[in-house]
Amino acid sequence: MSLKGKAAVVGVGEWGCGEAPGWSPLEILAKSAEAALDDAGLTLADVDGLFTASSYHFMPSSSVAEHLGIHPRYSDGSNIGGSSFVAHVVNAAMALEAGLCDVALICYGSNQRTAGGRLVSMSEAQPFERPFRPRHPIAAYALAASRHMHEYGTTKEQLAEVAVAARGWANLNPAAFARGPLSVEDVTGARPICDPLGKLDCCLVTDGGAAVVMTRADRAKDLAKTPAYLLGGGIELSHRSIAQMEDLTVSGAKASGERAYAMAGMGPKDMDVLALYDAFTINTILFLEDLGFCPKGEGGRFVEGGRIAPGGELAVNTNGGGLSCVHPGMYGLYLVVEAVRQLRGERGEGQVAGAETALVHGNGGTLSSQVTVVLGAEGTL
Amino acid sequence: MSEAGEAGPEARWRAHLAEGRFMIQRDPATGEAVFPPRAVAPGTGGALDWVEASGRGEVHAATVMRRRPEQGGDVGLCLVELAEGPKMMTRVVGTPPEAVRIGMPVRAKIEEVEGELAVTFEAEGDGA
Repeated sequence: MSLKGKAAVVGVGEWGCGEAPGWSPLEILAKSAEAALDDAGLTLADVDGLFTASSYHFMPSSSVAEHLGIHPRYSDGSNIGGSSFVAHVVNAAMALEAGLCDVALICYGSNQRTAGGRLVSMSEAQPFERPFRPRHPIAAYALAASRHMHEYGTTKEQLAEVAVAARGWANLNPAAFARGPLSVEDVTGARPICDPLGKLDCCLVTDGGAAVVMTRADRAKDLAKTPAYLLGGGIELSHRSIAQMEDLTVSGAKASGERAYAMAGMGPKDMDVLALYDAFTINTILFLEDLGFCPKGEGGRFVEGGRIAPGGELAVNTNGGGLSCVHPGMYGLYLVVEAVRQLRGERGEGQVAGAETALVHGNGGTLSSQVTVVLGAEGTL
Repeated sequence: MSEAGEAGPEARWRAHLAEGRFMIQRDPATGEAVFPPRAVAPGTGGALDWVEASGRGEVHAATVMRRRPEQGGDVGLCLVELAEGPKMMTRVVGTPPEAVRIGMPVRAKIEEVEGELAVTFEAEGDGA
């Protein structure tokens, strides 16, 4: 049995993106959930499945259910990092199809920026890394980038192209946090943080919440907005510490992507718009390779010349991404929100004309967990 | 005979370090080296043996974590691939962090880092 076409995203919402001073993570999440339910034409009273993950709450499903005043009959609070919410989309489809719930709410909120600009984390120090005080997550991505540069000759300028393309899309999105001109030289000349990555190779630190509502496909047709159907999904967990990543230049996206494509019966050539988890510039390059848009090692050259920027041949991270739009600690849910808006044709200046399919790829931890989802408009079923 | 009375693998690894020995594990079924220490052979299960690591390795990935001087200044971080195969997070000492190169041959030493015994590496021979 395949989950293809069995469930759809019927509502998306965001709240407090950028800065929401004086608001707690749960409060930001609740406003986002309300926005997504409004979008779907549903209310909290309809929600019976809850999917959430958090850096703030030890038992996130319970904390969120209490705050929202709901009694879910199914919940999933599993945390595999920022990709958790993309995994929740797959798991929600499964729970919906199995009849364990009828309306699934996937939600997240964070006040990372105004609460001090640092990611609050329950993450434990890894016992065999601890004495070296790695500055995670960036140190891990810097190590991966160093290896990619060594093996394939990828350059800092090519990494910078990713940030410049993301900014180009952000400049078409009035809701993006970082807007304005950005050049390759601006990125390569920015303050170094962990070589080869500088400040502008790193995602933003913002506040924000996001939420997504899913139902079974039959019900989705009767709701307020055009449904975005789940066509495929795949997950791969590979390691916790970056030192245990088998090959620093090949992420689990290769395996998760193949699973998602297989379920959808599609391949990279069929994807109209891409939402890739760009916590750091190296991510986009790795995922373009691992998800089959260019051969391994060619990612740096692939992104040159604005190929993934507005007007380029491949539309990647059309909201501006984690690099220039929003990144409140965990970004995964925003990938889904952006993909759905593209499929509905709601993205204004950043709209990819006629987008019928979207590839969503979530990353978690230090390239530790990878989750790929293919979403499609009705015509793709 | 129960192993439960002995210390677990991580504690044993640390006890070896305290004795000045850099030990890793080996899967007797495949001969493959294993680090960090595990209670069962990764991916397959089964008991693991302890063997002395050669201490030889090569820098596999490297970064310089930039810090203000008042925070202690720049500090290196790298992954070393041991001659036996496994990778470990560590630091190359005795070479400025910017001069640490991927592919550089290195040799292990045991020293205290941030209050605990750890395996660091020095450039082998002429180094960089």
